[in-house]
Amino acid sequence: MNQRAQVLLWGAQRISAMVLALCVVVHLLTMIYAVRSGLSAAEILGRTQGSIAWFAFYTLFVFAVAVHAPIGLRTIISETFNWRGHRLDVLTGIIGLSLAMWGMRAVFGVFGAGAA
Amino acid sequence: MDMLTVRIWRGTEQGDFQDFEVPRQESQTVLDVVTYVQRKCDSTLSYRFACRVGVCGSCAMTVNGVSRWTCRTHVSKVAADNKLEIAPLRNLPVIKDLVTDMREFFDKWARARGRFSGSATRKDGFAKVSPESKERKRVEAGIECIGCGVCYSACDVVSWNKDYLGPAALNRAWTLINDVRDTARAERLAAVAGDAGCHACHTHLACTERCPKGLSPTAGIAGLKRAVLAATLSGEI
Repeated sequence: MNQRAQVLLWGAQRISAMVLALCVVVHLLTMIYAVRSGLSAAEILGRTQGSIAWFAFYTLFVFAVAVHAPIGLRTIISETFNWRGHRLDVLTGIIGLSLAMWGMRAVFGVFGAGAA
Repeated sequence: MDMLTVRIWRGTEQGDFQDFEVPRQESQTVLDVVTYVQRKCDSTLSYRFACRVGVCGSCAMTVNGVSRWTCRTHVSKVAADNKLEIAPLRNLPVIKDLVTDMREFFDKWARARGRFSGSATRKDGFAKVSPESKERKRVEAGIECIGCGVCYSACDVVSWNKDYLGPAALNRAWTLINDVRDTARAERLAAVAGDAGCHACHTHLACTERCPKGLSPTAGIAGLKRAVLAATLSGEI
């Protein structure tokens, strides 16, 4: 990976961290509200299905994770195992795509029409 | 007379600690202790020092597990129970006993383009730099580095990533980036960018915590990160 890409990765991780900070707070507040209100799974799904706003929010959340986590893992793997180079970059990409795929699967599961 | 129990590293990368008994004295520094051992106990002990007053940056060692300049470190501040363990700096090859090979440390200053590049000649007048300017204040905050290597020794990222330029080289680059007379800004930003440069810093602040001159390489590195990203997005580098 060239130097320019390394710098852009750093920038992407910082921006995704800012997005995640907001998303985690909103997510936790939502969970606390749902638990304290005694909402059942069916009641939660009833509120989320078809909701464009919640779909957009959790899509943003998933993509922020898919950007942020692989870049951090790339650094951790590199520093822990002294592993650098193209294969590490490919692994980083695979981790990012996997997180995006699994995350969006969950998002469609909760917000899609067939979720219930 | 009170005695200090002093364990000193002997050997190269391979070696062991050797114990010495050293008389405790008032206002005694760690460098005084090492000098006593070399002159009175074992003349084969190797260590490095020059000015003895905190200017040259030669005498840095690891004292009770912490990187320090030994000439200005009083025994009373670091010797719990009158015990001292003195080892060479971390993250640098050991030549012998307490002497490390500083080449990689200074080579990284060169890699970070730590040399001033100007355009003025001897026929030009002095550059006028306001002491109140933002850039000059940033230079002021980092310029007193004595190149002792304490920050490099204290930095965990250096131990994990041997290519990492390290706090001192990046601090030097930051002072030059803010030197309005310098003409190599883009080349220097490129030199300190990426996985081996400023973006490898985890902001652990060990360098800032340990710098004997009270500098904050971490702050300079943070500035470099932002400057490099801005230069990358604008196409400057």
